[in-house]
Amino acid sequence: MAEFVMPALGADMRAGTLLEWQKHPGDTVERGDIIAVVHTDKADVEVETFTTGVLEKLLVEPGAKVPVGTPLAVIREEGRAEAAEHVPGVAPKRLLISPSARQLAAELGVDLATIGGSGPTGRIQRKDVEQAAQRRKAGPPPSPPTPRPAPVAEDRQTAMRRAIAAAMVRSKREIPHFYLSTTIDMSSAVRWLSEENLKRDVPDRLLHGVLLVKAVARALREFPELNATWQEEQVVPSEAVHVGVAVWLRGGGLVAPAIHDADTLSVDDLMRALRDLTSRARAGTLRSSELSDPTITVTSFGERGVESLFGVIFPPQVAIVGFGKMIERPWISEGQILPCPLVTATVSADHRVTDGHRAGLFLASIDRLLQEPEEL
Amino acid sequence: MTRNEIRAAVLLILAEIAPEADPSAITLDVDLRDQLDIDSMDFLSSIIAIHEQLDVDIPERDYPKLTTLDDIIGYVASAAEASA
Repeated sequence: MAEFVMPALGADMRAGTLLEWQKHPGDTVERGDIIAVVHTDKADVEVETFTTGVLEKLLVEPGAKVPVGTPLAVIREEGRAEAAEHVPGVAPKRLLISPSARQLAAELGVDLATIGGSGPTGRIQRKDVEQAAQRRKAGPPPSPPTPRPAPVAEDRQTAMRRAIAAAMVRSKREIPHFYLSTTIDMSSAVRWLSEENLKRDVPDRLLHGVLLVKAVARALREFPELNATWQEEQVVPSEAVHVGVAVWLRGGGLVAPAIHDADTLSVDDLMRALRDLTSRARAGTLRSSELSDPTITVTSFGERGVESLFGVIFPPQVAIVGFGKMIERPWISEGQILPCPLVTATVSADHRVTDGHRAGLFLASIDRLLQEPEEL
Repeated sequence: MTRNEIRAAVLLILAEIAPEADPSAITLDVDLRDQLDIDSMDFLSSIIAIHEQLDVDIPERDYPKLTTLDDIIGYVASAAEASA
């Protein structure tokens, strides 16, 4: 038997609230299947299982807030015993709802199971929740509480800020940061991207951000100490490169889910992964492994005009890379002053793990890779 | 397709991309990136959705022309007219 436990989905996550089960006892589950949805201070997260087998027993009711590591269910591992009799029925369907509408429903005490969504593809929107609350006020007294929970009593923004505060305070308290920056000439990358996008259908077009992420992922192969976590007073390099991409959320806050094996993905696959991840981060449908697996983070606020940024490392990671706005400026190249698109790249790194020399070489490697975008 | 139909279709696309936004509050002539707090990824997603749902292919060089809702409606209307 294997236990399916409340996962740690962030450095300072201590507990989570089970929102819903997506599998029933008796269902066959495979490694990677979504079993449950869990609410954390930063997001509602789809939690995957790492075990293939049969879901034997659910141990926790939706609505319960339990500490990280608490067994939520028991899975009989494949081959361990005879297959359980399948329980007929349809697996519960995930509600399509924006995070802000879910939060509002919790605040107003609206049971999401009782309302329909008016948004695209039936998504429940804030106005649906507001209307349901109005109807309830105008109508007969509310029915007795249903088993379905209203799990989020706290304002989401407050919870998000608290979670970020805890991680950042821990980072600044424990990690001796140092910061480096360099200016990268993006002429080759911009030229290659323009030519590529001319040849591509609309859905296959690339953004320059995907080249930045790929260059970081590739450069990390040469600098494994930066693709690592700090655990029990020592650096633990990761064999896989899982780049966490900082995604800001409308209304405030951010999450940094991982693109798994970013160094091995083609730019096309990386672009698809980036689009998918950004969209799901904002829709509140991230998976647990995406939040727990990053081995480094890449962040950029260039689109808001920020020229350079020096990030705070997400523990237990040991580095964060920042990119500023791409700006056309005079640049001396081969003795000529030319207008060139330039980007400031930065790295904030943990001095327990590496030093300025190595981190400087890492930035130089990113620069070098971006000069040959066709090779990324 | 009339301008009103295009407007409704584009608003639906934007509502999918920025579900927190109130489509009725979008001003026609103000930069959508500022109104909806959308970034280049959201913008690209909206261009893809316009391509798939309204059958309009917007080349990358025209992206800078599409900053407001009015711009997008006008662009799609012109493209539809040209292909009619």
